[in-house]
Amino acid sequence: MFAVEVHNLRKEFLRKDAARSGLRKKRRRVPALDGVSFTMERGECLAILGQNGSGKSTLVRLLSTLLLNDGGTAFVFGHDVFKEQRAVQRLVNRVSVEASFFKKMSSEENLAYAARFYGLGPKETKVEIPRILGRVGFPTDRKHEGMEHLSRGMQQKVALARALLTSPVLLLLDEPTTGLDPRSKLEVQDFIREVRASHDATILLCTHDLNEAELLSDRVGILDRGKLIALAPAEELKERYGAETLEEAFFAATGRSFEAEDEDAERGVFA
Amino acid sequence: MSVMPGPASLGASLRSEVITFGGVVERNWYLIKRYFWWELAFFVWSLANTLTIVFIAKGIKAAGGQIDVNRATTTLLIGAVIWSYLGIVFEFMTETVAWERWEGTIEYTFMAPLRRSVHLFGVGVFAVLYGVLRSAVLFLVVAFFFGLHLHDANFFAAVLVLAVASFSFMGVGTMTSVLPLISPEKGAQLGFVAQGMLLVISGVYYPVSVLPEWMQWLSTISPATYALRGIRAALLDGAGLSEVWGDIWPLMIIGAVAMPLGLWVFRRGEIYAKKHGKLKRSG
Repeated sequence: MFAVEVHNLRKEFLRKDAARSGLRKKRRRVPALDGVSFTMERGECLAILGQNGSGKSTLVRLLSTLLLNDGGTAFVFGHDVFKEQRAVQRLVNRVSVEASFFKKMSSEENLAYAARFYGLGPKETKVEIPRILGRVGFPTDRKHEGMEHLSRGMQQKVALARALLTSPVLLLLDEPTTGLDPRSKLEVQDFIREVRASHDATILLCTHDLNEAELLSDRVGILDRGKLIALAPAEELKERYGAETLEEAFFAATGRSFEAEDEDAERGVFA
Repeated sequence: MSVMPGPASLGASLRSEVITFGGVVERNWYLIKRYFWWELAFFVWSLANTLTIVFIAKGIKAAGGQIDVNRATTTLLIGAVIWSYLGIVFEFMTETVAWERWEGTIEYTFMAPLRRSVHLFGVGVFAVLYGVLRSAVLFLVVAFFFGLHLHDANFFAAVLVLAVASFSFMGVGTMTSVLPLISPEKGAQLGFVAQGMLLVISGVYYPVSVLPEWMQWLSTISPATYALRGIRAALLDGAGLSEVWGDIWPLMIIGAVAMPLGLWVFRRGEIYAKKHGKLKRSG
């Protein structure tokens, strides 16, 4: 059984145009994911590279049951993502680029709130929260401080702790290091390695960071305008496109540089 | 670590639901504590608003009207307190979703393996408990301010009517709480529309008999009609359980319909939000 099995997955969004038809603005359907298929083995780390608007976050949201598909199928450890949502939700957690928390509540309170939904009672969280905060390098003496007083890097560590607290077997990481300073970035990357080694987790890592993708993953997928146009180990991709670096391979595969985002921003779909 | 969650025993499953329910209540308690001074400020606003309405009874007397001021004051006070109570319940239930939407935590809540019924019931129960507490304090402060005589009042019957009515209010609150999923900016404010519509047809400051016939018909399906009538009978006339039963049984029927209907409406809203990508705040 595959950890993740995605076949011909499609998702579209309606986008309002500036032009009007009578009183109503015109709408058009914009494909965010267009027939994406791939599988992941248990314990594998797969990195998905793509520009803003390429469909990375849409893929993560679909796999975490936050979006409904417009076509195709997705299975997590044999459970249909769209028909067996609670079974999938027990297995999956996610860290996104934005560490979303109740800003007035402390890290301990935020983590306790999240843990209750996974059946962890007060006695369990009293032990587990300090342990996991310690593991992600968060100073436990600051666990009573409101989230609004914590730096972006600290907040992202709490976000990692939130995901780990529920012991997910599939961890969806959506640009977890974007916007972090170099030190925090390295700490988060080290932590991802540790989780993989010690936690038996399958990891889908969506990132902008080509080095990060190469360092952390077993295989790299290139998502371009909603289509998965390549999926192979980084070395194989470089070889396939006759490239010295992953960036060159990305350019050769998509026909555009990694930083050129104007055209995808125009698509107006999720990052 | 086991990849496939095995079939949970009934006991483990129940424990998990109770923990989830407790988590929602616990979270709301944290937020109330963090915003305590704001809550106090809103209480002062409720107090001023209630006094403005209740003074009308004295105003009528001063203008030469022949009324029993104590009775009229208590009648208006009950209307104002129920208005405030409904405001707290609807606002809290609607704002809870709006707040999560604003902070971005709603995605984490909606991807967690919790039953929506347990989630929303937890929000509703906290809203009701907090609403009862604040409304009771409001009632006592204003009653003391006006020196109201409530010697014959049957407080037990009044609280029972309010408790039964609260199931219906939670059902309506669940329906309004779906609105911030669709419009995070303005959806929460539509809760006030539901509150106003419910009370205008329910005789909040006047008998239902003064309403046009079509509004009187609507008042028969409004839970607030029976809540106001039952509570007034208990507090003004000391009506016991047998006398307010005529208001309790319709509330039980409306509650039995409103709770599952509210949940159904919310589920439709959730499906819409998941279909159109409305749960995300950004990214």
